[in-house]
Amino acid sequence: MNETTKKTDLSIRLALGPVPYYWPPERLLEFYQQAATWPVDIVYLGETVCSKRRSLRPGQWQELAAMLEQAGKQAVLSTLALVEAESELGAMRRLCANGRFRVEANDMAAVQMLTELKLAFITGPGVNIYNPQTLSLLARLGLQRWVAPVELSSRSLADMQHSRPAGVETEVFAYGRLPLAWSARCFTARAHGVGKDDCEFRCLDDPQGRLIRTREGEPFLNLNGIQIESASTFSLLDQVPAAMDLGIDVLRITPQTEHTAEVVAAFHRARSEPGAPPAADALDAYMPGDRCNGYWYGEPGMALRTA
Amino acid sequence: MQLLCPAGNLPSLKAAVDNGADAVYMGFKDDTNARHFAGLNFTDQRLLDGIEYARGRGTRVLCAINTYPQASGWPRWQAAVDRAAALQVDALIVADIGVMDYACRRWPDLRLHLSVQGSATSHEAIRFYHQQFGIRRAVLPRVLALPQVRRLVERSEVEIEVFGFGSLCVMVEGRCMLSSYVTGQSPNTFGACSPGSFVRWETTGQSLESRLNGVLIDRYSEQENAAYPTICKGRYDDGVQPQVYALEQPTSLNTLELLPELMAAGVVAVKIEGRQRSPAYVAQVTRVWRAAIDACLRDPVRFAARPDWLRELASLSEGAQTTLGAYQRAWQ
Repeated sequence: MNETTKKTDLSIRLALGPVPYYWPPERLLEFYQQAATWPVDIVYLGETVCSKRRSLRPGQWQELAAMLEQAGKQAVLSTLALVEAESELGAMRRLCANGRFRVEANDMAAVQMLTELKLAFITGPGVNIYNPQTLSLLARLGLQRWVAPVELSSRSLADMQHSRPAGVETEVFAYGRLPLAWSARCFTARAHGVGKDDCEFRCLDDPQGRLIRTREGEPFLNLNGIQIESASTFSLLDQVPAAMDLGIDVLRITPQTEHTAEVVAAFHRARSEPGAPPAADALDAYMPGDRCNGYWYGEPGMALRTA
Repeated sequence: MQLLCPAGNLPSLKAAVDNGADAVYMGFKDDTNARHFAGLNFTDQRLLDGIEYARGRGTRVLCAINTYPQASGWPRWQAAVDRAAALQVDALIVADIGVMDYACRRWPDLRLHLSVQGSATSHEAIRFYHQQFGIRRAVLPRVLALPQVRRLVERSEVEIEVFGFGSLCVMVEGRCMLSSYVTGQSPNTFGACSPGSFVRWETTGQSLESRLNGVLIDRYSEQENAAYPTICKGRYDDGVQPQVYALEQPTSLNTLELLPELMAAGVVAVKIEGRQRSPAYVAQVTRVWRAAIDACLRDPVRFAARPDWLRELASLSEGAQTTLGAYQRAWQ
């Protein structure tokens, strides 16, 4: 099951994480038409941030999933990260019981539903798996793949890899603005001076979120509705060989508003030629802000370690 | 309804017990709990003294082991569970699945409460912990509006506890990495948010700046009161306004006026935040809340939060102001 020592071509897979922002339907559909042609192996689909965002209906997401499957990808449906209303649980239950596609649980409510349905499941980065004991327990309940919390260092990941149960795959957040927090409050609505209940879908105006700077003008955080991302873009591009050495199965690339194709292409080159890793800064021109990689080294997430 | 109060050390524990807490909660002197601050928390002997003091006065003692161990630190969390069980605390407040699994298998009679750091915001998430580990109570993250709390209590198989007063987490607890993004240490991994060792105060010209690991969190004029540089309560440039509390302002949660509704909803306990606060603070807040709960129990229909209670609580709050937080839809 475990291909930890295999270092042949493409021994590490690439995943496209869910689109974090609120994009209109045309944009989403076009994005995934393109993604179908990219060298990614797994595509996570669905709205994970705000249940008010309904660019696509559940049926349309599943049509996209079917299209991507046709294109040779594994399509996974992702659940909402922060659940508050009963209606959100209902939607989550229907998604878990879709009967065809695997589900990424981004909250323990989804884990519970999938467990009750006796379905194999994947957990997203917001499900707190910090130690081998937790990983083992969830594996017994049907965990097939886990995305590590973004703040786990490569050292801690190595410990997890060392004792991970057979049949469980490890996925690491490898590229994108870091998802750092979720709140009951909608920060985008607040920035626009409107209430969450009458938000007028203002996040449609911020297709890559809304940048927060410190009063010294330093980009700091990125507001995405009820979610807060880092302003800097986390990148493990130069660490692909190290991730392969750790036996990581999947690297996750989080879509950004522009140039996601170039990002995917660079990671694909990196995994195809692990002997000649690309320069860490090779994607800097395509990032919406600065680069960071601190979490990988057990440092503050915003830090940038250069070779 | 039970009143659960913070005990950062033995004097605070006694202050809470003496002023009417039904239960107190504490942690050990390490990173196994979410108030891992220098000079705070309990050794085994101090805890033993505390338990004796509390039990003698009919107050229960709960032990928080509510951070997330990584492989290298696992023995410390396991030892914390064993120590708390051996000292016969009344319940453990836990967040990590691995820790819960260990505790319920090794100490099957020990009562488990799901910590707010467990981040369970729905009855389905709570059911997971109930079915897997037999938790008896869940503490709700500060993200639900009052009608949502009501519905959750109706559908929950375990007791529900909510936060009543104290520092306000703006983000859903247990999944906030703002602190580790800036400092490398988060509530989940280290047991502290915006740790003091990273805080710098600098005076430049007419203003005072607060920094967290070098990041400017706020800048104060001479007339302004400076607040602790918690990332979610700093002033930033949000692209609309150059200096605005883009996430939240320094304020404390205070749900005193919601007491009748929380009681009617079937919430079994309110928690007072603040293990890092002084014994005098604990005494004052406990006294006000004890009086309020007793008044509400006597006559919930005519209960009204007394102005002197609210004044006293406001004077103890961050930024000398309080909010109903997410309980009130408008805050969201």
